[in-house]
Amino acid sequence: MAQRKGNATESQTIEQMDTPAWQHRHVLDVDCLSRDDIRLVFQTTDAMMEVLSREVRRVPTLRGKTIVTLFYEPSTRTRASFEMAAKNLSADVVSFAASGSSVEKGESFIDTLRTLQALGADAIIIRHKQSGAPYVAARHVSASILNAGDGWHAHPSQSLLDMYTLRRHFPDLQGLRIVMLGDVLHSRVARSNIWGMTTMGAQVVLCCPPTLLPDVFSRSDHGPVTSGYLPEVTIETDVEKALDGADVVMPLRLQTERQEAGLLPSVREYVERYQLTVARLRLLRKHSVVMHPGPMNEGVEISPEVAYGMQSVIEEQVSVGVGIRMALLYLVIGGGR
Amino acid sequence: MPEKIIATSDDIRRALVRVAHEIVERNRGAEKLILVGMHTRGVPLAKRLAEIIQSFENVSVPVGELDIGLYRDDLSTLPLKPVIHRTKIPIDVTDRRIILVDDVLYTGRSMRAAMDAVFDLGRPEKIQLAVLVDRGHRELPIRADYVGKNVPTSRLEEIRVYMKELDGRDEVSLIGVSSPGDVSLKGV
Repeated sequence: MAQRKGNATESQTIEQMDTPAWQHRHVLDVDCLSRDDIRLVFQTTDAMMEVLSREVRRVPTLRGKTIVTLFYEPSTRTRASFEMAAKNLSADVVSFAASGSSVEKGESFIDTLRTLQALGADAIIIRHKQSGAPYVAARHVSASILNAGDGWHAHPSQSLLDMYTLRRHFPDLQGLRIVMLGDVLHSRVARSNIWGMTTMGAQVVLCCPPTLLPDVFSRSDHGPVTSGYLPEVTIETDVEKALDGADVVMPLRLQTERQEAGLLPSVREYVERYQLTVARLRLLRKHSVVMHPGPMNEGVEISPEVAYGMQSVIEEQVSVGVGIRMALLYLVIGGGR
Repeated sequence: MPEKIIATSDDIRRALVRVAHEIVERNRGAEKLILVGMHTRGVPLAKRLAEIIQSFENVSVPVGELDIGLYRDDLSTLPLKPVIHRTKIPIDVTDRRIILVDDVLYTGRSMRAAMDAVFDLGRPEKIQLAVLVDRGHRELPIRADYVGKNVPTSRLEEIRVYMKELDGRDEVSLIGVSSPGDVSLKGV
């Protein structure tokens, strides 16, 4: 169909859609995004990456919009990259950290949200230690909610930037063998990536000690499993078998406090059996890549040689993070409702 | 609503050849030019103008693509969000003569956004505007330097431009309530 110019004013002209329109007011997890939605995020990110390549990395798109980052948990890259993304789009950014605020005086989560809304927030970016907190937020305020990590549950912007990074190295995610290695149980990045990567047609392999596998998967040790709530993945507790012929490996951060909880005999044994080493990397396919959602424990889940080696795309993940978050902010609050 | 063809593929070809000559004539050559097509239908038009200039001037003019979505003044009032495409301009615009190319010039708001977008990329020596159809009804002090066809319209009407690269045929049509006398079929 040809582009329309007419009907009242040109300002109503909508570029002809080669992808279906974005329908989501919030970004809570990747599980509610279709393949077309994810492709639209990628396409929008392509345009944002061009803006980031300029000398002046600023466009007026979200002028007059107010974006609040509400972080109840520490973060460096996610928070910094959301704030940079908002500023690159000319939005006003208010950072809100739980410490030093009225939260310490006992203000409830919902009261805090209502206050931010009353102050005029158009979008609220939330990180919270409780899984599901952003969902509660979305039910109580009219602002758009973006989940920047909730408990063990989800981290959609990280998953989208992981997939976008892969798209720059492989023609398509369809058919890729992607291994998530290590602490799957506590990893919200792994959960969001299981959704996103399987939606895009990749084969996801979870490789971890049985104690670090989410309960829903533990009925079977090997082969494809369906959990009832997560999409079908392959479980493989043996690292060598998991990595054999893989295209992508993503070691997940081992949180040392897990050992204290009795989930691991010792960190040394974990390193021995599950660390991504140069020797293990040789099991992967020729053009394979290594990702890490960060922050890394070098020498625990990943050896420094691998983290900074030729196949590592870890820095690239951080640099596309701003582009992905610009795309998400544009898609949720950039246009009409 | 009746759809009336107001330019055939031959009309479009002739208009583009004339516009290409005008561009080179007014700029005394094609050396400093960059043809920048505005998404969506300005892009194939810019490529065609570059091919025509190449054919008679033997100069290869760089062609870029510009998406103005991030610069629109009406984003918050749109019923749907425009899909944003990547802006691709092959060389630095500083000190070059930018020829913005679009299919239809109407209110002028897209051009305002396009100029803002170009200035974010550098400081061009000049910006000129080439359009296939000028349908009037400007809302800003903006005019085209090169016009394929002037088509006086009513605001109730709609101009549709079809491009072979995107739509399978070359054609300009006018849709809506109109009497035959409203439309000038003369080129400028």
